[in-house]
Amino acid sequence: MDTFLGFDAVMLARMQFGFTVAFHFIFPAFSIGLASFLAVLNGLYLWRKDEAYLRLFKYWLKIFAITFAMGVVSGITMSYQFGTNWSVFSDIAGPVIGPLMAYEVLTAFFLEAGFLGIMIFGRDKVGPGLHMFACLMVAVGTAISATWILSVNSWMQTPQGFAIAENGQFVPEDWWEIIFNPSFPYRLAHTLTAAYLTTAFIVGGVGAWHLLRGNKKNPGVRIMFSMAMWMAAIVAPLQIFLGDMHGLNTLEHQPAKVMAMEGHFESHPDGAPLYLFGIPDQEAQELKYAIGIPKVSSLILKHHLDAPLDGLDTIPREDQPPVAIVFWSFRIMVGLGFAMMGVGLWSLWARFRGRLYEAGWLHRAALVMGPSGLVAVIAGWITTEVGRQPYVVYGALRTAEAHSPLAASAVGTSLIAFVVIYFVIFGAGVAYILKLMHHAPALGERGVRVEPGPIRTSGITPERQMRESGRDIAPETS
Amino acid sequence: MFYSIDLTVAWAFLLAFSVFVYVVLDGFDLGIGILYPFFRKKEDRDIMMNSVAPVWDGNETWLVLGGGGLFAAFPLAYAVIMPAVYPAIIAMLLALIFRGVAFEYRWRATSRLSKRSWDAAFIGGSVTAALAQGIILGAFLQGIEVEGRAYAGGWWDWLTPFSVLCGVAVVVGYAFLGACWLNMKLEGEIQHRVRIMARAFFVATLVGIVAVSLATPFLGAGYAARWFGWPQIALTAPVPLLIGGIALLLARSLFAQGRDTWPFLLALALFALCFLGLGISIWPLAIPQEITIWDAAAPAKSQLFMFVGAIVLVPIILAYTGYAYWVFRGKLDPEKGYH
Repeated sequence: MDTFLGFDAVMLARMQFGFTVAFHFIFPAFSIGLASFLAVLNGLYLWRKDEAYLRLFKYWLKIFAITFAMGVVSGITMSYQFGTNWSVFSDIAGPVIGPLMAYEVLTAFFLEAGFLGIMIFGRDKVGPGLHMFACLMVAVGTAISATWILSVNSWMQTPQGFAIAENGQFVPEDWWEIIFNPSFPYRLAHTLTAAYLTTAFIVGGVGAWHLLRGNKKNPGVRIMFSMAMWMAAIVAPLQIFLGDMHGLNTLEHQPAKVMAMEGHFESHPDGAPLYLFGIPDQEAQELKYAIGIPKVSSLILKHHLDAPLDGLDTIPREDQPPVAIVFWSFRIMVGLGFAMMGVGLWSLWARFRGRLYEAGWLHRAALVMGPSGLVAVIAGWITTEVGRQPYVVYGALRTAEAHSPLAASAVGTSLIAFVVIYFVIFGAGVAYILKLMHHAPALGERGVRVEPGPIRTSGITPERQMRESGRDIAPETS
Repeated sequence: MFYSIDLTVAWAFLLAFSVFVYVVLDGFDLGIGILYPFFRKKEDRDIMMNSVAPVWDGNETWLVLGGGGLFAAFPLAYAVIMPAVYPAIIAMLLALIFRGVAFEYRWRATSRLSKRSWDAAFIGGSVTAALAQGIILGAFLQGIEVEGRAYAGGWWDWLTPFSVLCGVAVVVGYAFLGACWLNMKLEGEIQHRVRIMARAFFVATLVGIVAVSLATPFLGAGYAARWFGWPQIALTAPVPLLIGGIALLLARSLFAQGRDTWPFLLALALFALCFLGLGISIWPLAIPQEITIWDAAAPAKSQLFMFVGAIVLVPIILAYTGYAYWVFRGKLDPEKGYH
């Protein structure tokens, strides 16, 4: 068999697609929430005429510009990965999912790209009203984009509304059924909420960092931390609820995925345990060193302690997803979700006691949890995608039958190129973002294209700028 | 049946349109990257990049529409072409990543070395992306081997003297477009230099057009018959004649003073005519010389569903894209930059 470093072409194609899409996913997961946050900040500035909001807007706009650029370039790759690595899938499923993706381009990508330039560079050229409109269009565009692509993904998980033609192609029969397939509403709600939470925790983490460094009087720092913690307190519990609904939907349509998530190799006719820990051994078809709470899985999934639950022993071995990956990625996601809710509730308590900006341990926790949303999003995505295996279109097209007629060496070489280049390019991008985050939002916060160095246009002298930047107002505590 | 044939033709035109818009729009901003090596001063490079910063992202979206639209309307063509030109596509995508992030990173880099590296990424990415696009065009024109519903050729079939010729021609052509754009957007001493460069790349572009046009009929009997057979020649002959006419106008506007917008508009016309020429060569094939657009077409239901949206949305997109260009119209002020 044709292999490259011990992997065959299908495995390499899967690794390449998984790698490029996971990397890409990080940026929209952040920029969907950030675009809305920016629109809200700009709206608050126009409404309350408080410069602090404008400063925050400019501060996060620079980070948004970098994030968005990384999302765009890694996204262009995705629109060609289907054809380069999954040409059989493209030929067969193209008539159904191609139009949905075309709609994503037409309704979302152009909207975002068309108004992004005005949002970033056009405030002085178009006036506050149109600039606000541009901010809204960018935010709406990111959400529309997520809607279409999640409809595509959901259709691949729970396909319906199509027939199979003589030449093997899937032919659309009912667009309504295709777009609003059974898992779509749940996946959309769960993923969009995840994007908002991701942004909230990054913003909160940055706010916490500056609070910990003594910038407690900087209004920008206070506003961002407070807004982020409100989001955490309200949205994290909501997200756990949405996740549970999504899980129940998955149980109905993709039971094997839930069995893998739960580590249920064997069926439990009278109440299944909730395994907290264990080492899945797919060869032996058992969960080793399992620690579980009896009957709780049945309670969560069936709302009854003694409800029977089938295990993977009812699924032929060749139709089972890889259990270990799904089992662990699911636990990482859920664990982080509860930790997020914990931080949210903690912040409520601190706020209630009037110590939101003084609670050092809360700030430390928020800082550590800063990137938690990104990790949770990727873990959740791995759970759902790997859990769908061995199918690419669930129940209708196997992954092993969907790839391009490519040599393993071709896919392998390009995979290495992607890995090396992505780490260099996006590593640099993350470094620049962290550098921007390291500075607290200051008076005279610069726009996207003004270089470091003396400011020529804003009319603020360096001394005044230093005096009024949050750092200086705040008394040094140490 | 008559109705599905119409849709397929409509989609072929719509896709051709979005590829054309991509070529001229990203053409000029890739061209700026290709021209970067000729401008060594930081201030020059800053203003060159700023001239496209608000629009490059929208320009590249047309490439996504081209890829996505091909996938949706002609899935078989997409499924055959992508593996056939796999290395060139991957090279193009990676190159676009380098130059795309350079737009942002260049302004965030603080050390001289890192600034220089992102300049190099911008140049290398722009040149490679343009070269790869030309090579893909060449590989497509020279024909792709198909068996059943899949690509059946080899891993290096795309790389031939002809495809490399097309690659070089596209690099030169994009540099010409970029120079015309800068001639329109800049003023003063730098505009003077840009204009000289535009003249040089104008000549080089004409050489490229002639070379590709002369080589194409030798690729296969189909192309020669299409262009020189009677009576088609009555319809095909005007294309090279018009190209000649536009070239004369371009020469006049580039060597005269004070016509800053005309060279760019005429360059667009020149590209449009070349594109029309390509269309005449290929029509009605989705994959030369194997599969027609009707064989490659998605089911009528897919094409119709998208067409309804496209007919409404594409004009709206053109309107707000035009508005975005309008907002940033006119000469750039080198002192201000974008704020």
